[in-house]
Amino acid sequence: MSSGSALARNSFDPARAGSDARLSVEQVSYAYSANPTQAPLFTLEATSFQAKPGEIVAILGPNASGKSTLLNLIAGALAPLSGRILLDGFVTHSLTPKTRAQRIAVVQQESRLLFPARAWEFVLQGRHAHGRSLRFESEDDVLIAKNALAQVGAAELSDRWMDQISGGEKQRVILARALAQQPLLLLLDEPTLHLDIAAQVGLLDALRRLAAENRYTVVVVTHELNLAAEYADQVVLMQRGRCLRVGPPANIYQRELLEQVFQTPLTVEMGASGRPRVTVLSAT
Amino acid sequence: MKPLTLRRLLVQCLTLVVVLFLVVVIALKFGAVPVSLYALGRDLLSVLFGQTSQISSDYGLIIVNIRLPRILLGMIVGASLSVAGTSFQALLRNPLADPYVLGVSSGASLGAILALIVEPHLSVSPLFAALLTPLGAFLGAAATITAVYFLGRREGQIDSTTLLLAGVITGSFLSAIILFLMSTLSGSLRGLSFWMMGELSTPLQKSVYWFLGVGFFVAAGAIYTTASDLNLLLSGEKEAMHLGVDVPRVRLVVYIAASFLTGLAVSVSGAVGYVGLIVPHVMRFIFGSDHRTLLPTAAIGGAIAVIMADTLARTVVAPTEVPVGAVTAVIGAPLFIYLLRRRLA
Repeated sequence: MSSGSALARNSFDPARAGSDARLSVEQVSYAYSANPTQAPLFTLEATSFQAKPGEIVAILGPNASGKSTLLNLIAGALAPLSGRILLDGFVTHSLTPKTRAQRIAVVQQESRLLFPARAWEFVLQGRHAHGRSLRFESEDDVLIAKNALAQVGAAELSDRWMDQISGGEKQRVILARALAQQPLLLLLDEPTLHLDIAAQVGLLDALRRLAAENRYTVVVVTHELNLAAEYADQVVLMQRGRCLRVGPPANIYQRELLEQVFQTPLTVEMGASGRPRVTVLSAT
Repeated sequence: MKPLTLRRLLVQCLTLVVVLFLVVVIALKFGAVPVSLYALGRDLLSVLFGQTSQISSDYGLIIVNIRLPRILLGMIVGASLSVAGTSFQALLRNPLADPYVLGVSSGASLGAILALIVEPHLSVSPLFAALLTPLGAFLGAAATITAVYFLGRREGQIDSTTLLLAGVITGSFLSAIILFLMSTLSGSLRGLSFWMMGELSTPLQKSVYWFLGVGFFVAAGAIYTTASDLNLLLSGEKEAMHLGVDVPRVRLVVYIAASFLTGLAVSVSGAVGYVGLIVPHVMRFIFGSDHRTLLPTAAIGGAIAVIMADTLARTVVAPTEVPVGAVTAVIGAPLFIYLLRRRLA
């Protein structure tokens, strides 16, 4: 490990301490190549944005725009090529897996299980990072897990098997596991991908309420234009590894821009709530 | 919500220990010289609780010098293979993983044979020479699991079918080399059926039992420290990492310890198959898939299973003996097919 990152590990930025941003993505870039001698297969150009506690940020863009890469960088799973990502002043990539899991919870597209588990067992996994490696769950852990299930409206699923509940129910239990981690930052990768409309709205309503109540900073990767417009405080618009715009949906949602990014004709109108609405038009 | 408590874990393990004791008594009874089950149980209990220091009856010599060492060996071999199988299943996210199916046992056999070939040419102390075989078996096992791990990947991800195929083919390749070595070389290499199917009939020195026992507890203990991590690894390495598991460290510890356990078992009993497959499945069915319970119960269950299989091997066509690995394979292979079909369905 270079001395630069060792320095970064302990760098609590005093300038940052004064600001109210919890998450700060600073000029972050990344390159992926299968072979170091070859040209990179994918690059992410310098991207910057900041997010406060209680804020929902949507990373929006079509497929292969670099959304998931950016999310993995924020999660600390990947090391940026340049720039840095700070969570409350700490570089996310330099934290140990355990410390990282105490502060950052990640909800993946889907969670596969090798052997059947009950929902409560699954949610208790979220407490793993808060204990020693070999120990038995405390009463506190059980209480936190119960609470997490209740917060996503899934208390009644506690004793059900994970492979016997619906997609929407499963997504809630996965979210409950993330809440049980008691994180500062909640990252979600296409959480609504396999859900029907009612389940999508239910999940995002729950997310908005939780972000406000628990002061999580939430970053959601999505390609759903209208869900991002409805729920996000800030949108990071991505295209082919470039961050095009950052700002509130009302500023980002311009017809020409979105048409160019998503490669389809569409209309944008401002809703009564001050949030834009997008209608995708048929190309023919 | 009923999370695992230490008390429940101990009760489950103690229940299995009682079953293990009963199985040991029954296994001690069977053999050429008839022994009364009641007298045997009474004598064993009085020795266990320190009331007498030896079994004073006329069958004592046979029990202590012949049957008991073999049963002890079976316990260690069964426990080692079961813990290794449980670990491989979790790390490779493959419920059909087992040291034998993955070719790791064959790798260990080959390593042990090579050590036996090299040993006379090295001028080392007798103590070190005795450890050379298990060391060779361990290195053979570690090299094989590494090879199978990389052969079983497709597009950077472990693919469960490719992995199993890679393991089976690697195993048959290594078995061919073993056959080749055995037919060109002679000497103290033990029999072919020992390396191919496994046997518990080889007499060992007392110090070897100590080495096996200590080795088992160190390696199984190392794996047990990662029990909660293994629970999370069942959902995938990336997810486990996000939940706070230091994946590279866990992977290293468990691969090394599980290879060591396989090497340990193979160096003294040859390649006994399917124990690491069947036992974890049975224990998971009874006690659930939490590795904090699964690892110790699989260890005790493995001991039980191998003692039972060996008792069958000794008695089913008495006075001839069948290799114990033949018994475990006759039961294990159909179960493997059943589990494979159920998973595909």
